[in-house]
Amino acid sequence: MIQVMLWFPVAVGLLCFVVPRRGVRILPVAGTLFVLVLAIVLVAGFDAGVTGLQHPVDESWIPDLGVRYQLGVDGISIFLVLLTALLWAAATLFSAFRPPERPRLYFFMLGLAETATLGAFLAQDLLLFVLFFDLMLVPFYFLIGAWGSGDRIAATTKMIVYTLVGSLLMLVAAIATAILASDQVGELSFSLSDLRANVLGEGSQDWIFWFFAAAFLVKMPAFLVHGWMPDAYRAAPLPVLALLSGVLAKVGAYGFLRIVLPLYPDAALQFQDVVLAIAVASILYGSIMAFTQTNVRLVAGFSSVAQLGFITLGIFSLRPDGADGAVLQMVNHGLVVAPVFLIIALLAERSGTEDLREMGGMATRAPVLAAMFLIVTLALLAMPGSANFIGEFFILNGTFQAKIGFAIVAIVGAALAAFYAIRLYQRTMHNRLPDGVESREISVPDSLAVAPLVACIVALALYPGLILHRGEASVDLSLAAVCEGGTYYNSSGNRYTIIFFDCPGPEQPVAQR
Amino acid sequence: MTFTAPDIDYAGLSPVIALTAGACIVLVVSLIAPGRWTSTLLSLATLAAAAGLCIWQWGKSEDLVAGALRLDDLGLAVSLIAIAAAAFVMPLTLREPAARRAGHGDFQALVLGSTLGMVLLAQAQNLVALFVALELLSVPLYVLCGSSLTRQQSLEAGLKYLIVGSLGSATLLYGLAFIYGASGSTDFAGIRDGIGSLSDDPLVLIGIGLAATGLAFKVSLAPFHQWTPDVYQGAPTPVTAFMAVATKAAAFCVFVRFFEVALGPSVSDWDGPLAILAVVSIAVGNIGALGQDSVKRLLGYSGIAQAGYMLTGIVVASEFGVKALVFYLAAYALMNLPAFAVVAIRERETGYGDDIRALQGIGRDRPELAWPITISMLALAGLPGTAGFIGKLFLIEAAVDGDYTWLGVAIAIGTMVSLAYYLRIVAAVWMRAGDEPVAAPGLPAMAGGSPEADVEAGSSPGAGVTPGRDPAGEPSGGRCPVVLVPTALAAAATVVFGIIPSPLVDWASNAGTALFIGLS
Repeated sequence: MIQVMLWFPVAVGLLCFVVPRRGVRILPVAGTLFVLVLAIVLVAGFDAGVTGLQHPVDESWIPDLGVRYQLGVDGISIFLVLLTALLWAAATLFSAFRPPERPRLYFFMLGLAETATLGAFLAQDLLLFVLFFDLMLVPFYFLIGAWGSGDRIAATTKMIVYTLVGSLLMLVAAIATAILASDQVGELSFSLSDLRANVLGEGSQDWIFWFFAAAFLVKMPAFLVHGWMPDAYRAAPLPVLALLSGVLAKVGAYGFLRIVLPLYPDAALQFQDVVLAIAVASILYGSIMAFTQTNVRLVAGFSSVAQLGFITLGIFSLRPDGADGAVLQMVNHGLVVAPVFLIIALLAERSGTEDLREMGGMATRAPVLAAMFLIVTLALLAMPGSANFIGEFFILNGTFQAKIGFAIVAIVGAALAAFYAIRLYQRTMHNRLPDGVESREISVPDSLAVAPLVACIVALALYPGLILHRGEASVDLSLAAVCEGGTYYNSSGNRYTIIFFDCPGPEQPVAQR
Repeated sequence: MTFTAPDIDYAGLSPVIALTAGACIVLVVSLIAPGRWTSTLLSLATLAAAAGLCIWQWGKSEDLVAGALRLDDLGLAVSLIAIAAAAFVMPLTLREPAARRAGHGDFQALVLGSTLGMVLLAQAQNLVALFVALELLSVPLYVLCGSSLTRQQSLEAGLKYLIVGSLGSATLLYGLAFIYGASGSTDFAGIRDGIGSLSDDPLVLIGIGLAATGLAFKVSLAPFHQWTPDVYQGAPTPVTAFMAVATKAAAFCVFVRFFEVALGPSVSDWDGPLAILAVVSIAVGNIGALGQDSVKRLLGYSGIAQAGYMLTGIVVASEFGVKALVFYLAAYALMNLPAFAVVAIRERETGYGDDIRALQGIGRDRPELAWPITISMLALAGLPGTAGFIGKLFLIEAAVDGDYTWLGVAIAIGTMVSLAYYLRIVAAVWMRAGDEPVAAPGLPAMAGGSPEADVEAGSSPGAGVTPGRDPAGEPSGGRCPVVLVPTALAAAATVVFGIIPSPLVDWASNAGTALFIGLS
């Protein structure tokens, strides 16, 4: 089933080239909805009690190079897959009601992008992951470069060069990992489970760790390597931006959990402080920038930098509760930031500008739109009662117990979120309606795209355990190698048996959920 | 005294014989019955026969002509690449102005002659055979490069290639003489035995250095690359395409055979310097390509960088490396040929020559051209889903496996830089409107803008040119299926081998293994 889910979007994209003109809008929407249904079925059938992979696919692909076609889902990836399917359906729906020029090519690229992103989440072979990770760039290059606005070509080239700097080094690092591991075992394999069983020696982990970290941090983007973000965010079409910020940024964080922590545990422990410092810097820098920007896209964009900083913080607390919170927060943030960008698109249509100073009063005649935006905003600032609050709470809790200094600074960032989020809402929705700005209610088709996302935010706020519960077993497995004591094997030598209660942490983790 | 002729294995030599005969037939027939379709079909038939014979001989491993040639999968694989490249450019020569002027039969016979040289070179395992084959490859190319007689640039290219190529050949010959002097043998196997004990001998070291320099000229490695951009730009585009792909394949084949077989024992003398050569090429090629507006020039610089990547396969001196090299050569052919074909078509359709502006907006108007060149560029940049990615993966794996991880990192960094120029072309194709910045009348619109070129174009650039016809009013062949179908096929193969690489990987593995059969 996950095979169908993986390849269906690109197949539909190819079909778009041959269907008659009218079908070009209907077909991709139907396709993404079908993928969404598959993803929901996958989640419904997910067995929370199983630690390992579910729905595994394992076939030989390039035997001479040791690359296998291995797929599977576990508690970390399952909700990211669902998030991907959901946001793609929303963005496709949103785009279908505003058909772009050259729609066939546009929807083909969207389909290819969905396949690549799902592939990155499903891949269980290191090289396959790298392949999908790089492949994601190609459709986004076209989507931003051909349908963007402003100085789009320069912006998109900058984005590609920045992100590929990381991911090509990651390719070298991935190859080095497999070859160094094969020196111990004798057989070349990129399979994550094989590599996890043969963790590298401490010396070679260091540079490999940084090559991977570079790729993931750029993708997020984190502070210092975020240079591509403002330009690309200014140029990208908004539905595409919702995906870029909502899903693609998560692939970086996911990569840390899936690959870096299990495969390079010693280096992760060694450089924990450095990454935490980058994360905290991202939180502060992102929050302050989000507060000072006047372009609505950049407000949301820099808020993403800050939120991804929180997620990184949780992962690199190297504690199960922090990482659990990070997994929850990845989904939360995707659910929140995508509707923000879609609503920004609606606001920009109504006011003809993306400058915060020239907007206002939008709520006067659009109560539904305003209400939805309010829910999204409150979730963005992690209001108690939202799932984001729970995610942040877990993250900070984990960080407090691991590194109290970083946690205290990060809390300042949590407070700053309220400033920029409320400012965004007030400046657009309240005050007097400026001249030339029209307050118009959200149309039914648009609300079809936005409302389900808002509904998901509310639903997750009521029942965050949906994700926490299913994620924890897999998170423990990912973290097993970094839980202070190093690596643990069972007698057969290829799977970790440790669960986090064995961690010599200061006390029991906070929640016996 | 009785003279016994050496036993000749005609079956093993059959591809060579087919090409020789075909070249002669094309030449003679074109005298009797001139006509571009006749000679093109005859040339294609020749190439098909040669390719078929190569496939028939696949899997054999034996010495030919008293040990001068070696029939093995490596040689045959590279021969197939060269033959396929020649077959690809034949339809392109149909409407090439230079070929029209020179006579299609003569033009195509020269291409066949050069292909013959490549097939011989790929199989050469004797210093004399190596040199003769190399000259047989080069001399027709000198002529072909200068065949566009009304373009100053083409003449310049021909002359430049002749001088620099001769210099390279002379250097190589000098080096070969030193190696012969040190080892006392002209056979690769004999050299291998001869220099086994004297790896620090100055004679050998000088020989290796000069031979490497000579070969570096041929495969256009920096710092012996200065001719490449000029010749690529000046030569008629079908010739450039052929030269870029086939010459590189054949020269790399002899490079690897000579170094791994004959000079294998003294690997510690040459692997470091060659690694440095690779890094310099990667740097020079990628940086040089950045500011280029002429697509052919850009591809020339990109070829220098790619040669640097491929050299990695030789540096690591392992079976893995040779396999990676062969795979990359095949992928390189698949990625480059569509790009050159599109450039050739567009330079006949627009007045912009090979300038990047000729490609603007074809994503909207000419998707059948836009997709192949897009796939080419993405593949050359090594993005996943294309054979280029698998090729890079193969090479980097070979590098890391051979303890040259830093060379793998160099490939990765080079690839990042290369994106800036490959994506420029993609952006021109898809993201700029066709008539965006039209050149002001004063600007040299034909790349380089020689007066003759403008006369030949016969009209002001971009204006008044009917699509589908070249500026002289002849049909440009831009919509001709014999050109478009191979272009589309090569581009499709680039993608297919990116998704299902196993057949090509197995094929390359066979070729790589063949080199090491019988070597201790």
